[in-house]
Amino acid sequence: MSTSDKKASYDPLMPDLNSWPVVQLSRNRLDFRKQVEEEAKARIHESLQGSLRDELERALFRESIRMKEKRWSTDPKDESAFWQGIKDELIHTSKLAEANSSKEADEKALSEIVSRYAKEISGKFNISVYKFVQRLMPVGFYPLLKSPVNFNFLDNKVSAQVRKRIQFTGDIDKIRALSKDCTVVMVPTHFSNLDSVIAGWSIGTMGLPAFLYGAGQNLFGIKLFAFFMNYLGSYKVDRRKKNMLYLETLKTYSTLALSRGCHSLFFPGGRRSRSGSIETKLKLGLLGTAIDAQYRNLLLANAEAPAKKIIVVPVVINYHFVMEAPVLIDDYLKTTGKESYLIDEKDKYSSSYELFKIVFKLFTKGSEFSLSFGEPMDVFGNTVDNAGASFSHKQAPLNIRDYFVSHGELRHDRQRNTEYVRMLGEKITTSFKRENTVFSSHLVAFAAFEMLRRRFPKMDIYDLIRLSDDERVLPKQLFFDTVSVLYDAVRKMADAGTIRMAEHLLDECKGDIHKIIEHGVHNVGIYHSKKVLLLNKKGDITSEDLKLLYYYHNRLEGYSLAKYI
Amino acid sequence: MAVIGSGSFGSVIANVLAENREVLLFTRRTEVADAILLRREHNGQKMHERIRPVMDPAEIADSCNLIFPIVPSANFREMTRLFAPFLSPAHILIHGTKGMDVILPPGMTFSRKDTDMGEQIELNRSMVRTMSEVIAEETAVVRIGCLSGPNLVGEISSFQPAATVVASRFDEVIAEGQKALKSSRFKVFGTHDVIGVEFAGVLKNVMAIASGILSGLGYGDNARAMLITRGLAEMTYIGGRLGAEKSAFFGLSGLGDLIATCSSKLSRNYSVGYRLASGEKLPDILDSMTQVAEGLNTLKVTKALVDHYKIRAPITQTLYRIVYQGTTVEAGMKFLMDYPFNVDVDFL
Repeated sequence: MSTSDKKASYDPLMPDLNSWPVVQLSRNRLDFRKQVEEEAKARIHESLQGSLRDELERALFRESIRMKEKRWSTDPKDESAFWQGIKDELIHTSKLAEANSSKEADEKALSEIVSRYAKEISGKFNISVYKFVQRLMPVGFYPLLKSPVNFNFLDNKVSAQVRKRIQFTGDIDKIRALSKDCTVVMVPTHFSNLDSVIAGWSIGTMGLPAFLYGAGQNLFGIKLFAFFMNYLGSYKVDRRKKNMLYLETLKTYSTLALSRGCHSLFFPGGRRSRSGSIETKLKLGLLGTAIDAQYRNLLLANAEAPAKKIIVVPVVINYHFVMEAPVLIDDYLKTTGKESYLIDEKDKYSSSYELFKIVFKLFTKGSEFSLSFGEPMDVFGNTVDNAGASFSHKQAPLNIRDYFVSHGELRHDRQRNTEYVRMLGEKITTSFKRENTVFSSHLVAFAAFEMLRRRFPKMDIYDLIRLSDDERVLPKQLFFDTVSVLYDAVRKMADAGTIRMAEHLLDECKGDIHKIIEHGVHNVGIYHSKKVLLLNKKGDITSEDLKLLYYYHNRLEGYSLAKYI
Repeated sequence: MAVIGSGSFGSVIANVLAENREVLLFTRRTEVADAILLRREHNGQKMHERIRPVMDPAEIADSCNLIFPIVPSANFREMTRLFAPFLSPAHILIHGTKGMDVILPPGMTFSRKDTDMGEQIELNRSMVRTMSEVIAEETAVVRIGCLSGPNLVGEISSFQPAATVVASRFDEVIAEGQKALKSSRFKVFGTHDVIGVEFAGVLKNVMAIASGILSGLGYGDNARAMLITRGLAEMTYIGGRLGAEKSAFFGLSGLGDLIATCSSKLSRNYSVGYRLASGEKLPDILDSMTQVAEGLNTLKVTKALVDHYKIRAPITQTLYRIVYQGTTVEAGMKFLMDYPFNVDVDFL
């Protein structure tokens, strides 16, 4: 059953935090790291296309380039020296006549590299920090949700009231039930650096034990985030490191953590959506670890300890306002436009100061967001019941062991798993599309931008974002008519279950188009310095920033809605 | 392993498989089962000793992990539904059916009867399924493959050398298919482009009818070569629009099958065209045929897709007019010869 849920909070499923898998993992982190290192090395050997020496040299080369071209403040000081040491060792042993000494040296170098990566990736979990954050966060969200700024810090009532202002959609009870006997992997859409904060807080509010979270290494440059993330079980994912040794170590870390029962959270889009549209292409690497972990669980299962099921839950997070939107859309236009678009803006939202400024704005003004939880599925995209039993799309019971069986036996097949990950990715993107929640701001942004596109059919996107002030004005009656038609279309889609509608469209705006326009125009990208949409003196609609209008419009891309304009 | 379908291609594939291992052959007809068991003969082919006819779908699914469904596209979905309750994700299905299935929204109809011209509707890709898509839709099986290539039954059953392709997104399926089918006279290639291989195999049936018409008119190799090359271009355009990779059209299942079917009187689709050009009427031709010519349904479906996507496909459109709209073959030929083709190779 999928419902919109405004329950204030849920009882914790595991009140004793010491029993949480993520806490256990943190306490045994040295042993765990050792296991990661051993298994990662085995995986690396299994994946080798040429010799180990070739792979080591490739990793060395890629790391040298990274250190030269993409250095971050979070990078450890000793990394140049470390890689120089590896290089010297490899040069030295390549001169030796005995093949055995060279092989031994290669294995030693591999161990050192994998050990370094495993240490770098590992996170820890501190119960006190977790408790503090769970109580602090609602205070941060409170004004963000337009509630009066009148509260006592760390008051439980604040948490309850905040919770009431957030739209949670989906079968929360089912997710809670599943998390008891299964390992849950939450896969949210990714639009903002705030996503991880919101997802983390929501997990706590749902009464679930803390999730392991793969956080981008770049986020650790934001000191505000780094402090908490370092103690909340997040492990570091460095997207600059593309060498096979790193990727296999990272995947092994995630696979083993999942196999130990740690609920996890990945952003399968890999990075924040640049265009503002719902992700349709996913990075499948980390997602594949859910399938690897499921295989491992089946392999290790026996009559006394049956295989724990891995359950995937897609989540769509929706906002009226994405603070990084100006930088993201610039990046998107730069990538797609090449010479048509030559602006290079720095991601100023990835510093503590800028983040603080935005959070301050959120404190002093208000906005809202929603979390829509999709139907939980097994790692093959099949629906599951509350106990985690799988069913085919024809509602026939399934034994997921069958997916890994060849000639009657469980058999590991990397290529087969890769294909399963692709299939899972398709199910997740389909769920994203269905769970996307239409806000008033998305509706008006889509209507306005598509009206401009219709008015200037020969212009491409790079011309459209440079329209003059006069060219971008939309007559109010025409805009009203367009939003009306669009609203009807979206409503029909919502009735058919192909998209969701935000509660404010029906509650606050009562389906009244005037109110929806007023609400949407006011809220769309509410804290940007330039107004995404506004009314001029005549009451007509215009925009101060067409790039941002395009960004917010994109949230409804992919639904064939332009035909209604 | 098993073969579902005891038609001529199903039987010949069962014979090829039986050279390596025991094979169960599913049939719904007692007389076919008897003919295989008692006389070791069916469809004019000798049936291998290791082939055992079976009439129970559950027995097939329980005893075999590798199954080859080879039934006409008109019955494919129904057959898949019959087996679906017994199939699991542990099964591997490699089909050998070169046809399309049409699924329409309520209120729309599309006649499967080969003598009907079909309602004048446009079809889009979402209304058309390849056989691998039917399997995915109707069963819990995920490891799906397709068998396609220049595999004229008469030649294979007389032990002449041939090659085929097994397409699947799974290496495991390709490997299992190769292992099962491979013999000193049957070479099996592999590819990941399932949709490409399926559409290549399907679309060439249309060209086979056209080739039969050319032969029926008494035209020679120049005309056939013209048809094969321009037909290949047209197939590539249409297939590309339907989601196939162009490369599939230049392999065994595309060009290979096109050459074989367009040149051989053993092809059913070719004989339909040949007899049409000789002045016979379609209903009479179909009445006298014991096997299904998939090309006729494919022609109707392809024409409806071509109309919807506005694809330049003069051979398909002309053939449709000849078969279903009373255009004479001579008028059709004249239209094609006057058609403004300009560039030789513009589809790569």
